Amino acid sequence: MEEKKHLLEQLHDIQDADKEHHLSPKKVVELSEKHGYSPAKVYGVETFYTMYSTEPRGKHIIRICENQSCHMANAKNIIQHLEKKLETSVGGTTKDGLFTLELSSCLGMCSVSPAMMIDDVPYGNLTEDRINEIIDSYKEGK
Amino acid sequence: MENKTVNIKINGNDYTVDGSLTILKACRQAGISIPTLCYMENICEEGSCGICVVEVAKSHTLQRACITQVYDGMEIQTNTSRVRQARKTILELILANHPQDCLNCAASEICELRKISYDLGIDETPFEPTKDLDLPLDTTSPAIVRDLNKCILCRRCVKECEIVQSVNVIEIAGRGINSKVSCFMDKGLGESYCTNCGQCIKVCPVGALTEKNDVDRVWDYLADPKKHVVVQTAPAVRVALGEEFGMPVGSLVTGKMAAGVRRLGFDGVFDTDFAADLTILEEGTEFIGRLTKVLNGESAHLPLITSCSPGWIKFIEHFFPKCLPNVSSCKSPQQMFGAVTKTYYAQQKNLDPRDVICVSVMPCTAKKYECLRPEMDDAFDHWKDKLMLKDEDHFQDVDVAITTRELGRMMKEVGIDFEHLPEESFDSPLGESTGAAVIFGATGGVMEAALRTVYEVVTGQALPKVELEIVRGMKGIRTADIPMVSADGKEIIAKVAIASGLGNARVLLEEVSNGTSPYHFIEIMACPGGCLNGGGQPISNDPNVCEKRAAALYSQDEAITIRKSHDNPEIKKIYENYFEKPNSHLAHELLHTSYVERDLYELEKEDN
Ligand code: SF4
Ligand code: SF4
Ligand code: FES
Repeated sequence: MEEKKHLLEQLHDIQDADKEHHLSPKKVVELSEKHGYSPAKVYGVETFYTMYSTEPRGKHIIRICENQSCHMANAKNIIQHLEKKLETSVGGTTKDGLFTLELSSCLGMCSVSPAMMIDDVPYGNLTEDRINEIIDSYKEGK
Repeated sequence: MENKTVNIKINGNDYTVDGSLTILKACRQAGISIPTLCYMENICEEGSCGICVVEVAKSHTLQRACITQVYDGMEIQTNTSRVRQARKTILELILANHPQDCLNCAASEICELRKISYDLGIDETPFEPTKDLDLPLDTTSPAIVRDLNKCILCRRCVKECEIVQSVNVIEIAGRGINSKVSCFMDKGLGESYCTNCGQCIKVCPVGALTEKNDVDRVWDYLADPKKHVVVQTAPAVRVALGEEFGMPVGSLVTGKMAAGVRRLGFDGVFDTDFAADLTILEEGTEFIGRLTKVLNGESAHLPLITSCSPGWIKFIEHFFPKCLPNVSSCKSPQQMFGAVTKTYYAQQKNLDPRDVICVSVMPCTAKKYECLRPEMDDAFDHWKDKLMLKDEDHFQDVDVAITTRELGRMMKEVGIDFEHLPEESFDSPLGESTGAAVIFGATGGVMEAALRTVYEVVTGQALPKVELEIVRGMKGIRTADIPMVSADGKEIIAKVAIASGLGNARVLLEEVSNGTSPYHFIEIMACPGGCLNGGGQPISNDPNVCEKRAAALYSQDEAITIRKSHDNPEIKKIYENYFEKPNSHLAHELLHTSYVERDLYELEKEDN
């Protein structure tokens, strides 16, 4: 268990330090060599937890909630709008490499649903206009 | 926990059993069978499938028999309607996501899922599939094909690869309905550090893992009138092929096998055993050479490690590349046979080597990979200048390797009544072999065969007893000291070790790697028990399959008058007429090879 915890933390460290916010195969192989794990085993762990990505991601990660409360609050349209605004679909990264759009389970922000997080910053009461504002502010180099 | 006994009730009857047992083991001891799918004793005990559920008094939920320990006073019911209904539902859920392809599935005859479904009386599943069954086949490996649509995620292959083989190249990746058995970064098996040993095929309860089927390639060669197609059969095939035709485990079918392959239309029916004898002379000479050097204070790489098992070779290339100088430079018998066929034999028969096709029947899936290795084309290089061959004339020493199972399929396809075939013998000149060669098929056999020759060369005397019981058996790692007195009166104790199964091989290799190995000579086979339990052998649920097949090999050894490789008359002839002597220049050109240092994660590293 201790070792497992250790592995998860180490994977976080690798991902946080990575400028493409993902677990690069090279880094994972180095880690598994260090711990005597097989890379296949570590891959099993990386792909089990949604917070890790095996693919390179954009500078900012947008996690939009799709759980019940947000769903009731019309999250579906909000997601569609985000996709249109970013010109990419869920799971994808924008052409300029600025954003990756991901779905998330409950963010604990049901009272202000629909909600999303960009990196560590939460945004609630989303509307199409508000989304445009937020995204543009990031684009302008916030 | 200490071994205290407990009193339990199974289906109303009282039993006193060891308290450390699981419900499953206690029931089996009592002769009560419980269906299992994901369970393999000591290897896969994760309780993932749920098919083994039983009712336990005072438990709200059904308990998985394979992972639940018994306790004093436990009351178990194994066949209530609740249990039966639960098992059925579990099966129906599995079947909802399983292709209904039994008619054309290679595993149809041995599929455990099909059998359990039949036993439990499943007709149709009421459930809708939750998965898209359209994952592409993984055909990246020359040895193994994976159809993950058929996979029921039992984890048996993962555990076999990890616990028994210590290769650990596959794991369950993803979660929920997206879970699947996967290599690192979802690469194909052929792009990973898989050794092609095929042990995973043997444990898969369904048809998700099969050997790459090369039967049609053999048929095509046989149908081509321009080609002279010869076949070689490995030692372990003759003690297993019968099982494909319903004969008891351990049936020795050498004569019927020769008769059967002859009826398939081969132009030469030969025996890999011939090349096994050749291997002994080459490898024995190499060993004596290295040992003598070390005894004379010169440097040489000891222990010498055998090189017949291609799964083992790929393993050491990936995991212990620094130990490669310890590996014998001898090609495996399959490859020696191929090289000899397309040089010596072609010459004798006055055949253009381009028209000679060498098919091998092997207990092994890794042999399919071995024959494709780019360095295994020495016959082509040999003829290149002599016959002014062009690049497009290129040929391999061995053209196709098929498994014992595939040979069985070919014979069934043409309706051969195997059990009633007459006993026939192999053709000359590559069909003669000794008892030493036939035991190559069992773990320890190569060592025993080598020692029969080495002892005689070193001491000038025959072994006191030709059977070296000390190196036999099914224990994963075995060691022995063989005292010898050389012709000039020097006392030598040859220290030898034998490992089968790559997990055991790893233990001996760690020692070689850190310089603490006390041995002079090590035999390693990738598959537990040796070739007789290879990844290409008939799949058997007999727990004593290895012992039975080994007994058959040793009985054949005893029945053959010539029991030492150096006494094989055809081998004497090939040295007289062709190779001159073991380890000669020509022998080095055709019968020896080199290895490749493979970075374990090379392929993974290159994409980032
Ligand atoms: S062939 Fe051997 S090494 Fe490859 S996945 Fe199967 S068990 Fe593992
Ligand atoms: S491939 Fe076969 S052995 Fe491996 S998990 Fe799937 S069903 Fe089980
Ligand atoms: S056999 Fe017990 S859970 Fe699979």
